[in-house]
Amino acid sequence: MIALSDYLIVSAILFSLSVAGIFINRKNLILLLMCIELMLLAVNINFVAFSYFLDDMAGQVFVFFILTVAAAEAAIGLAILVVLFRNRQTINVQDLDTLKG
Amino acid sequence: MENIYLTIVLAPLIGAIIAGLWRNQVGKAGAHWVTIIGVGIACVLSIYVLLGFTHGDSEPQNLSLYTWMVSDGLRFEVGFLVDQLTAMMMAVVTFVSLMVHIYTVGYMAHEEGYQRFFSYIALFTFSMLMLVMSNNFMQLFFGWEAVGLVSYLLIGFYFKKETAIFANLKAFLVNRVGDFGFILGIAAIAMYTNSLDYAEVFEKSAGLANEQITIFPGTSWSLMTVICVLLFIGAMGKSAQMPLHVWLPDSMEGPTPISALIHAATMVTAGIFMVARMSPLYELSETALSFVLIIGATTAFFTGLIGIVQNDIKRVVAYSTLSQLGYMIAALGASAYAAGVFHLMTHAFFKALLFLAAGSVIIGMHHDQDIRNMGGIRKYMPITWITSLLGSLALIGTPFFSGFFSKDAIIESVHLADRFGTNYAYYLLVAGVFVTALYSFRMFFLVFHGKGPRDEHAKAHLHESPWVVTVPLIMLAIPSVIIGWFTIEPMLFGEFFKDAIYVSSANDVLAHMGADYHGALGFVTHGVLQVPFWLALGGFLTAWYIYTMKPSIALDIKVRFDWAHSILDRKYGFDELFQFVFAGGSRMLGKVLWKGGDQFLIDGVAVNGSAHGIGWLASMARYLQTGFINHYAIAMILGLIGLVGWFVILQ
Repeated sequence: MIALSDYLIVSAILFSLSVAGIFINRKNLILLLMCIELMLLAVNINFVAFSYFLDDMAGQVFVFFILTVAAAEAAIGLAILVVLFRNRQTINVQDLDTLKG
Repeated sequence: MENIYLTIVLAPLIGAIIAGLWRNQVGKAGAHWVTIIGVGIACVLSIYVLLGFTHGDSEPQNLSLYTWMVSDGLRFEVGFLVDQLTAMMMAVVTFVSLMVHIYTVGYMAHEEGYQRFFSYIALFTFSMLMLVMSNNFMQLFFGWEAVGLVSYLLIGFYFKKETAIFANLKAFLVNRVGDFGFILGIAAIAMYTNSLDYAEVFEKSAGLANEQITIFPGTSWSLMTVICVLLFIGAMGKSAQMPLHVWLPDSMEGPTPISALIHAATMVTAGIFMVARMSPLYELSETALSFVLIIGATTAFFTGLIGIVQNDIKRVVAYSTLSQLGYMIAALGASAYAAGVFHLMTHAFFKALLFLAAGSVIIGMHHDQDIRNMGGIRKYMPITWITSLLGSLALIGTPFFSGFFSKDAIIESVHLADRFGTNYAYYLLVAGVFVTALYSFRMFFLVFHGKGPRDEHAKAHLHESPWVVTVPLIMLAIPSVIIGWFTIEPMLFGEFFKDAIYVSSANDVLAHMGADYHGALGFVTHGVLQVPFWLALGGFLTAWYIYTMKPSIALDIKVRFDWAHSILDRKYGFDELFQFVFAGGSRMLGKVLWKGGDQFLIDGVAVNGSAHGIGWLASMARYLQTGFINHYAIAMILGLIGLVGWFVILQ
């Protein structure tokens, strides 16, 4: 039998990996987007695990919504990425520092 | 009466305004006519007021004309107190002023700023009248400052001359020192009596006689002593008493007519008038009177000594003025207020005369003021010579001349007075008589006798001054000679000042003298037997012998007593002391405040410092803004963790 804590550990590892990915990644903006997706997936695992063990379907409904939002977000994010590449000819994170004052 | 008083005050003011503001419209002649008429009206009416007191049955008047404001029961008013003392001052001021106005027509004829000069001296007459006619301390202070202002303007009349600018600044600053004491005294009076009106203050002052106040912790001073000394410090500034006398010799940078009017006859006597007017206050403080006496006697003797070594004709007369002011102040210190005021009056005539005569000589010598270059002028300027002689004789106290009566009365009253310092004062004043005679006739013989002017060119052009100059000399010579004879009895021993000057019976030295007084002739015969007369004669003979017979003696003395000569020539070092300690000290303080306070603290730390601080803080904050998305993401996540963590821990 797989316990709730095992699910939670997996999701925490996934979440930590994605945070580390955001921190450490200096190169590719797509990697950044993928890490964000991964974060959402970690949260989804939490929802599903809790839903199953608490016998509450509301958690799985949330997961559907989150997947929908994540898909929309990925579409918008990739679209922005394409526009950005057209303008700057790069998606290197290191070069995207125009926010700096 | 009210209208007469107002006319007396306003006529010179109107003259001053017209001559000053419309100087181009009225022109030279208009300026002198309008001011002479203004002062002439004031003079005639003042004499009328005075005659009302001497021959009529005028009563002292205390009028309040206008209330400027009332603040917490303290009334600020314009008003006139006209009693015998005021009436006498008014007559003297306007008469001397009128003579000086007429004289100026000749003296300033070829100078620039002719109208400006007339405007100033008429304004001075107005200010001085406001001062003497005041019935309250506020107006007294107004007049006091206004005469100081006009004095400042007139000393710096030649405002393109470096020394004149220095002198007028010096006069103004030294007077500020005195006025600081004066206004503190007035403030103390207002604080303890809650009134500025003379009559009310005098009434309440008797009840404050034993009041003690603490200024510095642990000390206790008599209130009346503090007030009187503070007021007297004002008088020391205005009447140029040691150690605040330094401005008066320098004020000779101004044109001669104002030296006669302001710096000899009237303004500098304001201090004496003020103390005499405040006699009910001064009578309550023995200590203050001793202070007055010692300061006066010290000034009388030591400034006289300086007069012996001066070579500038006006400066000799200026030191003589200082010395005579010292005599008047000493008389006040001996409680012989009437004697001080009496000397004030006689001195006003003969000192104005001496100054105007000196001015006449200066005109003749084409503005060369060095008496060593003069000599033998008697031949060329007979009227100046004779009037100068009369003035000098009056100054040294020749019997029957006005100065004799007043100076003898002062010396005698100091002799009779009984308070701390009278012996010291008496010996200095008696010795001062010799000094007075010596410097007066040293100047007289050097200027008018001996060999002619050194410069042949000056000699060729020497001639008597025009009538506008000589008439005032003659008009002033007459009272210089005779006025003492006629006025000594009513002014000193009679009832003339009984309403105006209060002397407590224990201090009344003049009444003591009056007991032995048997007419002016008796006074003279008594005086001739006294030491001062012989000292004056001695001084005269010494001057005559040295400066007409054997001029080499003067050089011998100068060489042998070089140290004494150098002390006197440097005026005891007062100028250097003040320059170094006070002027240097203030400049140093200013520099410290400028460099340390302004440049470092305010500009450096507060203004530029805060700007630099903000800039530095902002440059530090810029390091946080890398512009990389992942850094912002970290910040967001860390913030989120922090928030959630905080929330969890609180649970």
